[in-house]
Amino acid sequence: MITILDYGSGNINAIKNIYERLNISYELATTIEQIIKADHILLPGVGAFDETISTLKEKGFTEVLNKKVQEEKVPVLGICVGMQMLADTSEEGTLNGLGWIHGKVKKFDKNLIPGKPKIPHLGWNSIGISRNCSLFKDIDPEVGFYFVHSYYFECADEADVICKTVYGNTFHSAVNRENIYGVQFHPEKSHDNGIQLLRNFANL
Amino acid sequence: MLRSRIIPCLLVHNKGLVKTLKFSVENGKYVGDPINAVKIFNEKQVDEIMVIDIDATVEGREPDYVMIKNVATECRMPLCYGGGVTSVEQVRKIIKLGAEKVAISAAALANPELLCQMSEAVGAQSVVLVLDIAKKKGLFGGSHYEIFTNNGKKKTGKKLYEFLEEIKDISYGELVINNIDLDGVMEGYDMEMCDKVRKLTDVPLTFLGGAGSYEDLKKLVSRFKVIGAAAGSIFVFKGVYKAVLIQYPSSEEKNNLINVI
Repeated sequence: MITILDYGSGNINAIKNIYERLNISYELATTIEQIIKADHILLPGVGAFDETISTLKEKGFTEVLNKKVQEEKVPVLGICVGMQMLADTSEEGTLNGLGWIHGKVKKFDKNLIPGKPKIPHLGWNSIGISRNCSLFKDIDPEVGFYFVHSYYFECADEADVICKTVYGNTFHSAVNRENIYGVQFHPEKSHDNGIQLLRNFANL
Repeated sequence: MLRSRIIPCLLVHNKGLVKTLKFSVENGKYVGDPINAVKIFNEKQVDEIMVIDIDATVEGREPDYVMIKNVATECRMPLCYGGGVTSVEQVRKIIKLGAEKVAISAAALANPELLCQMSEAVGAQSVVLVLDIAKKKGLFGGSHYEIFTNNGKKKTGKKLYEFLEEIKDISYGELVINNIDLDGVMEGYDMEMCDKVRKLTDVPLTFLGGAGSYEDLKKLVSRFKVIGAAAGSIFVFKGVYKAVLIQYPSSEEKNNLINVI
């Protein structure tokens, strides 16, 4: 069963809808007790970094999440800001992230990027898979995924990067370390590729 | 590589969908039910979709949150909702209902600073500024584009290019230019205006109004490489008699449209 953390993030309904169609059971978790029972945890995210991380803290989720993910090694997938929360810090805010995958969340600076692309990075972009990973089984990297973000995750350890995307420069568009996964794009809004990725996560 | 976006724009009026002509509902046509249209667009793997409630601002009422939630839940592609949005709280609420982006027009024209506040609350990537424009003749010859609100009924007195200069330092995530004169006319985008606007803004840009064929979309994409090409009529009408039929380029057709470099 997929335990989707419900902390007010908007993309929950679309994720829920896809799991319903796939006939994969899921639960929207609003309590610590629900997280304790989880065998797959999904961290959705649309919004600002500090706001998201402080909501997690206020609800008292961080401790139980640390235990589930770091000790019990339950598979976890962070989407968009949910992925950025896996990092140590973010330029978008002052609070610390969960620190499960080392790295920093940085702002796209159009003045530093060749070709001065428009910010935010918005639309469908392809991915270049840098490490084989079951999350990308049967995914078409050329078709890619839908992105909408102004900040990106820069992994400290290149070995944690599973795919990259070119937007001016190349940035890390998905990460994985052991049982921990994060994707910057929105699988719940990326048609077939997105559905397949959410199915792959359920099969982990 | 980042690709151009081909975006159907759906207009909600009296809970149904309409396709207007030069912003007139009376001269427009009923084209079906919003949820049903979204379901079809899902199957067609649409890049992104815009749903604009054209009654909300005119009636001075709140956005229809039930409709937004139903549409957002059904959408397997990104959704931009617009219509009647005037406050940061409303934007927050609509994002929580599952839309990726919220479009603001009249309220942002009255107070551009509002866009910054909205960007701070939900991230600039989710805040879209829509400008409805029409060409006006000057008293001493020449012409300019003026910005309108309330479905083209209310003049703002603001000129498009000047306003874009004015809001240079305002934070928002996308600009949509909607050309009233060309709405439903299906004779192609106004390329001259598009060129000028592209030079005046740094954010991702989408043009709406005028597309009459996939060829028109292609022209726009070739000109700007990465652009949002939005349209209404070509995605809901078929043939010269404008029979209602929801359609969208197949993946092969789309590749042909957007791989222009």
